[in-house]
Amino acid sequence: MIEFKNVDVVFGSQPARALEMLDRGEDRGAIHEKTGLTVGVNNASLRVEKGEICVLMGLSGSGKSSLLRTANGLNKISRGQVLIDTEEGEQDFFSLSEEQQRRLRLERITMVFQKFALMPWLTVAENVAFGLERRGMTKKELQAKVDEQLELVGLDKWKNSKPGELSGGMQQRVGLARALAMETDIILMDEPFSALDPLIRSQLQDELLRLQEKLNKTVVFVSHDLDEALKLGNHIAIMKDGVIVQHDTPENIVLNPATEYVRNFVAHTNPVNVLQARSLMKPLGEPGNDEGEICISSRYDYWLKPAAKPEETRVRYADTRFDVQRWSENQPIGALEEKPTIIPNNTLMRDLVEIRHVTGHALLVGNGEEITGVINDQNIYHALLGCHLDEQAAQA
Amino acid sequence: MDWMSQYKLPVGEWMEAVVDFMTDHGGGFFDWIAVSLETVIQGLIELLMMLHPLAFILLVASGAGWLQRRWSISIFVVLGLGLIWNLGYWQETIETLALVLFATGFCVLLGVPVGIAAAHRPWLYRGLRPLLDLMQTIPTFVYLIPTLTLFGLGVVPGLISTIIFAIAAPIRLTHLGITQVPEELLEAGKAFGCKPTALLFKVEIPAAMSSILAGVTQCIMLSLSMVVIAALVGADGLGKPVVRALNTVDIATGFEAGLAIVLIAILLDRMFKKA
Repeated sequence: MIEFKNVDVVFGSQPARALEMLDRGEDRGAIHEKTGLTVGVNNASLRVEKGEICVLMGLSGSGKSSLLRTANGLNKISRGQVLIDTEEGEQDFFSLSEEQQRRLRLERITMVFQKFALMPWLTVAENVAFGLERRGMTKKELQAKVDEQLELVGLDKWKNSKPGELSGGMQQRVGLARALAMETDIILMDEPFSALDPLIRSQLQDELLRLQEKLNKTVVFVSHDLDEALKLGNHIAIMKDGVIVQHDTPENIVLNPATEYVRNFVAHTNPVNVLQARSLMKPLGEPGNDEGEICISSRYDYWLKPAAKPEETRVRYADTRFDVQRWSENQPIGALEEKPTIIPNNTLMRDLVEIRHVTGHALLVGNGEEITGVINDQNIYHALLGCHLDEQAAQA
Repeated sequence: MDWMSQYKLPVGEWMEAVVDFMTDHGGGFFDWIAVSLETVIQGLIELLMMLHPLAFILLVASGAGWLQRRWSISIFVVLGLGLIWNLGYWQETIETLALVLFATGFCVLLGVPVGIAAAHRPWLYRGLRPLLDLMQTIPTFVYLIPTLTLFGLGVVPGLISTIIFAIAAPIRLTHLGITQVPEELLEAGKAFGCKPTALLFKVEIPAAMSSILAGVTQCIMLSLSMVVIAALVGADGLGKPVVRALNTVDIATGFEAGLAIVLIAILLDRMFKKA
């Protein structure tokens, strides 16, 4: 667990002058003009639980890296607290002595850097061992641990190479292995994949998710790419001018952007990996004819006959009647039959589009015991085009 | 505009007064330095002369081959030193090597730490820079005059002048190397729990190593060039036959001794330059 509490970061000497002005509500442009000081982070509060990946997201200069770096003291804070779980309970990093801070860096918090920051004169194995050596391990323990980490990131064959002989993606795997080798609860990742090709980046993102499933770390991840943030984050904190403007789940960020700034970000992102069936579906209406059927699409003469159990629901398409099937996560989509399908309400948009494609029918969304809504092509197009954003903008 | 030069500022006299003061009041101290340095250098020369030339050549050849990881350089060492031996400048060559070795060793031992200290303290480097410029640009002959009066004729004034002249190179290049260590490596070092000393020895010095080594190589070359000039004040070595040849217009000796110096210079450069 790590918690930032009302953190201000001001770069330059005598930051107190800037803090006063911040309290008076002046913005950072004015403060820079009057004092020459740069406000990196302004009153940021954020809590990241164990097992969670929290993505700090924003453009360059938004203060996301500045905030991240306060977590291991690479940046000093001007005001506030950075609380970290230790054996002696929660402790404020900046209330500790130099030596205690160093111990925390060895035992609790580690970091992966944007430009890899590997020592070019050391071999891959020596780089991975870099932090462990500081901890005073025996040669044998060290060797075993290094081998284990390199295997985890698939670089065991390269242990005696120099980083310069490796591709960017492989170098960052070494960076990742060096951090994982420390076996700390908290991992700070400062735009770790930004310097990589899109394909390699996506591979490493998948790898991070796979490792996280196994290792259950507290990850604070900085990114300027919303698609990356949406893919990796359990929570996303969007920053602008040093302020956290929205801290929310990925789906909520896409569905309910808090400000115009966030909405602009969201408008350019791909929702298929983020949105879930429940936010796409149209709730089931009232029965619309004498048979007690509910209309799915009047245009296509498409009706649903509710029943006590979801499985007994029948769907009528003009004169043809269909029984329904159920799909649940982890079930192969290709094996579905061509008939209406009940899907869980947390089905990802990517999956539900595929199910729609394979079965050729509208989708029924159920939350366990009852069917609560339907998704037809209209709803899918609507979400793909980001129409909910336009509606919000129109309301605002 | 005659008045401009009528009342001359006694800059030269001031310097002379300083040197005179030092000779008058620190004479014993400077004599002590002179005697101890003389003893060390003589000891070093005798040590090197104890080896038979053939053994010495083979030792250097294998050392060079090991340093550079290629054997062509060993062949060059054998041929070059063999020629010097044949021409009859063995004793002088050993004397020159001893001086260069000592001066370089001293410059590196003092210059590298000073360079590191200056890299960590910008104010120190700001203060040091004019001094280094001065040390490197004053014509080398000018050094010899005050050191001559302080230490007397012989090897020592030459050695001291050599050190003053050559020490700027390792200081500057160490400073350059350490200040150019990428910020992210320093941050990585810090993030992985380095104490300041570990940061210096595990990150900064290895990252600056090629620059520091360039400083050492330059220092060797500067020392060699100065050691020859030092013959003017009575330092032993390859400079002596050169000076003698100059005075007697002896083309043959001058060329042979000059050739020996060139061979030594190329050898040292190729041996210590980073491959």
